[in-house]
Amino acid sequence: MPASQARILLLGYGNPGRRDDGLGPAFADTIARRGIEGVTVETDYQLQVEDAPLIAEHDVVVFADATVQGPGPFTLTPVEARGEISFTTHSVSQGALLALARDHFQSKAEGWALAIHGQDFDGFGEGLSATAQANLAAALEFLTPRLEQHRIHDGA
Amino acid sequence: MSTSNGMKRVVIEPVTRVEGHGKVTILLDDQGQVHQARLHIVEFRGFERFIQGRPFWEMPVAVQRLCGICPVSHHLCAAKAVDRIVGGENLTPTAMKMRRLMHYGQMFQSHALHFFHLASPDLLFGFGSDVAQRNVLGVAAAHPELAKQGILMRKYGQEVIRLTAGKKVHGTGAIPGGINKNLSIEERDFLLEDLDQMVAWAEGALKIAKDYTVENLDAVAGFGSFDSNHMSLVRADGAMDLYDGVLRAVDKDGNVIFDGVDQQDYLDVISEEVRPWSYMKFPFIKSIGPENGWYRVGPLSRINACDFIDTPLAETARQDFMSLTDGKPNNITMAYHWARMIEVVHSIEKIKELLHDEDLQGENLVVKGKGRREAVAILEAPRGTLFHHYKVGEDDLVEQANLIVSTTSNNEPMNRAVEGVAREYLSGQEITEGLLNHVEVAIRAYDPCLSCATHAMGRMPLVIDLVDADGNLLDRKGKDTGDAC
Repeated sequence: MPASQARILLLGYGNPGRRDDGLGPAFADTIARRGIEGVTVETDYQLQVEDAPLIAEHDVVVFADATVQGPGPFTLTPVEARGEISFTTHSVSQGALLALARDHFQSKAEGWALAIHGQDFDGFGEGLSATAQANLAAALEFLTPRLEQHRIHDGA
Repeated sequence: MSTSNGMKRVVIEPVTRVEGHGKVTILLDDQGQVHQARLHIVEFRGFERFIQGRPFWEMPVAVQRLCGICPVSHHLCAAKAVDRIVGGENLTPTAMKMRRLMHYGQMFQSHALHFFHLASPDLLFGFGSDVAQRNVLGVAAAHPELAKQGILMRKYGQEVIRLTAGKKVHGTGAIPGGINKNLSIEERDFLLEDLDQMVAWAEGALKIAKDYTVENLDAVAGFGSFDSNHMSLVRADGAMDLYDGVLRAVDKDGNVIFDGVDQQDYLDVISEEVRPWSYMKFPFIKSIGPENGWYRVGPLSRINACDFIDTPLAETARQDFMSLTDGKPNNITMAYHWARMIEVVHSIEKIKELLHDEDLQGENLVVKGKGRREAVAILEAPRGTLFHHYKVGEDDLVEQANLIVSTTSNNEPMNRAVEGVAREYLSGQEITEGLLNHVEVAIRAYDPCLSCATHAMGRMPLVIDLVDADGNLLDRKGKDTGDAC
């Protein structure tokens, strides 16, 4: 990888045992199988604070997650570092993670949220709904070349 | 629908039947006073259906899908049950110690994360402080070293899990009758590098939690507090044991309700009540009955139920803790935080003890014996007692499963805590930011597992509805974290 290329971290998260909640890991697993140089891929059930030092080792982080709402099959939006307290979960938000990485690990990583629209979030079960599979394919088609080119966004 | 006393019963709407959030309903009476408050947790439906029909030997891996917060607890509890199904419950020393190491790693990281990143903002800045500051970044700004310690303690615990379970997420370390790897010398030395630092930070966290409770005793003693029974596993000699042991329950004064109950006999002492307004069951102690037989589990109950802790720093801390209530059970809800930090110290002491044990490098990893078709396993997960009960058919598929997670046991106590806080802090017919914050703080003390499930963007993690005696929705407030909750 040329020294000038951005080091990209792809964090796909969600629970594959909860149907379409597994969209984030499914996206990440597919990208991991493609083995794109300079792109580090991690999956987890949820974002966690210890992801902050990992983010700090990269220039760009893409958070891939399922969403229950939103326009179209997926959205890609910038993430701002910001603080917030979660209610009682052990997960942290994308913005809080960026802020922790910035404040404690001197990170300057820019963040992007890839939100893939899911449909079936009720109950336990593995496998994505047909809608989620189609949306996943659309997200992969859009983002894979950008990851390969190390340019997540047209302006970035 | 109407009830016989003229109140309106709140029915769970379909929209609330999603995982990953809590919903509180506060029901007022004709005088506008709090009649009842209920915490709806709809997390756990479908557990058994997910499990049934799968091969029993898949359980230690499959059940990790149930919970994204404490998959290690489900992994180990299922493995303990499956041990019995294959007749391999008498583990080799290496297997037993590797599993315990994994478990203490899980306890350490879970408790540290909860304390530093969820509870400490409440404790350091006060329940009623500006929400803009009362968050993990507020802690980072005002106490940067504490925030960083929390991250690195969590990371350390995750490394323990990775090296014992094979990977950080969805580990496969525990297998029927044993473990699939030992700890190499290199892995041991890697964990030893930061160990002393972790012990020091754990002691620091314990001091914060203790000082907070003692210095603010007037404020916290009554906050969401009530007398209750307490239940946990204890070792046969009465010591705290987070991985194995016998069931013990004590009442609010410390009188023993039952003790020495074999895990296989849990149904002799525990039953579960179904209530129409909640998907969660309400467990209770059979000999007392559903009305008064509810109990608490988790760090507070474990400290209250055990006779001693077998590691020196934690035992000193336990004695200190118990002296606050003259040796009787501590029923202060906010004391959960102090108790949790005693367990952090205990866990890191246990990790230290195990890392210096050569059995971890043993080669004898698996045993098998005469199999069974039914097995129960009980484990003390970070949030409390966890039950796994399986019946397996001749085809080796799971026919029946019963799981009682710790948040289920704490269901009634959390409802009581919410109701107490609502009575104290609700003023008029509006849900204020202060009420929302105080309800959060009370629930958070229990560290409930509301987000085992989906966390997809757009879900609100907490919603409070205020409903009058005629069933009209007077106010609704929620906390939306903006993206992933």
